[in-house]
Amino acid sequence: MGAVTTTKVLDGSEQGFATTKFNELLRWARKYSLFQYPFVTACCGMEFMSFAGPRFDMARFGAEAPRFSPRQADLLWVVGTISQRQAPVLRRVYEQMCEPKWVLAFGTCASCGGFYDNYATVPGIDKIIPVDVYVPGCPPRPEAVIDGLLLLQDKIASGSREPAVVKPRVDPHQGQLLTLTGRRPAHPEEP
Amino acid sequence: MSKALIELVKKQFGSSVLGSHSQFGDDTVVIEAKRWVEVHRFLRDNPAAQMTMLVDLCAVDYPDREPRFELVTHLMSIPKKHRLRVKTLVGDHAGEGAEVGTLVELWGAANWFERETWDMMGITFLGHPDLRRILTYPEFEGHPLRKDYPANRTQPLVPYREGPDVLDKLAPFGFDEGMPFGRQTHLTQRPSLAEDPYGTYRPRPGRVRA
Repeated sequence: MGAVTTTKVLDGSEQGFATTKFNELLRWARKYSLFQYPFVTACCGMEFMSFAGPRFDMARFGAEAPRFSPRQADLLWVVGTISQRQAPVLRRVYEQMCEPKWVLAFGTCASCGGFYDNYATVPGIDKIIPVDVYVPGCPPRPEAVIDGLLLLQDKIASGSREPAVVKPRVDPHQGQLLTLTGRRPAHPEEP
Repeated sequence: MSKALIELVKKQFGSSVLGSHSQFGDDTVVIEAKRWVEVHRFLRDNPAAQMTMLVDLCAVDYPDREPRFELVTHLMSIPKKHRLRVKTLVGDHAGEGAEVGTLVELWGAANWFERETWDMMGITFLGHPDLRRILTYPEFEGHPLRKDYPANRTQPLVPYREGPDVLDKLAPFGFDEGMPFGRQTHLTQRPSLAEDPYGTYRPRPGRVRA
């Protein structure tokens, strides 16, 4: 056996005790105990299953317990295209969840409608319910989904309710963007 | 071969057959709308045809033609192993009068196909037992696959969120961000909010904006 390593959970916890504020402790507890409600409608669901399965292993982040009742869930994963016909169901599921609750838009369709630019599809679930984290991609890579969950945990820890988008990862060996989903201006001419 | 099928239909129905063609191995007869059910019943029951299966039923909108809609069925015979496509023409320029008899009594498969065709194209199937919308919702107005249905018209069941406290929290990305292969519009300038309330405008790639 090698040297025993100590785990730092909060500032000072390696000393045997830690000082913090109540709200921060509460957020710290919340961010590692997300009970999720998977609202899976489309092909992104396969990617979600991969992320939930053992290879990418959502359980590492304390978010492995799915609750198929929205009343017991904290985190609503909207995975896939939401049609206009399904929109009332999604809003009702959201309204049934108890506070505090968070919403993660998984994939391009849930984020902005994607290429389903037509009479049938809601152009982004934020037209119906507030969204905390957007994970772009069609479908997103598992790394992007992990980034999205970690981003949400950061937001829970900081108490921020501003919406956030998962940024592309940069390959350190190539120095290139692995995904092309970063922020860019809507029009190059705009200031 | 199904060329013989075309001849069979022509022989039986004569002047009610408006045309026929065989392209890429697919044989087609175009018939008058008023004999729609009669022709299909003949094709199902005739011992030389024995069309036991209705593979597909759909419609095509040609807005510049009159009659405007082409109604298409694909038939297949499992015992005879041949196929035939049957078409008819219905509807005027405004899409009125697009009516044809139902095939539900011949093939049960026609039930949902005809509901879908009515929902998407607005073709009425007289005598259908349950002609309700099947893909869209009962509140939907119009028929979305008609060419005169506006491409950016949506009919939300849930009103979209609005107001200053909400708009601050809308998606932190631009309205044209995301898929580069979305619908290309005819607009060359960014439309106003009134023209494009749902942000469906996509600039055409490579086009210089004024």
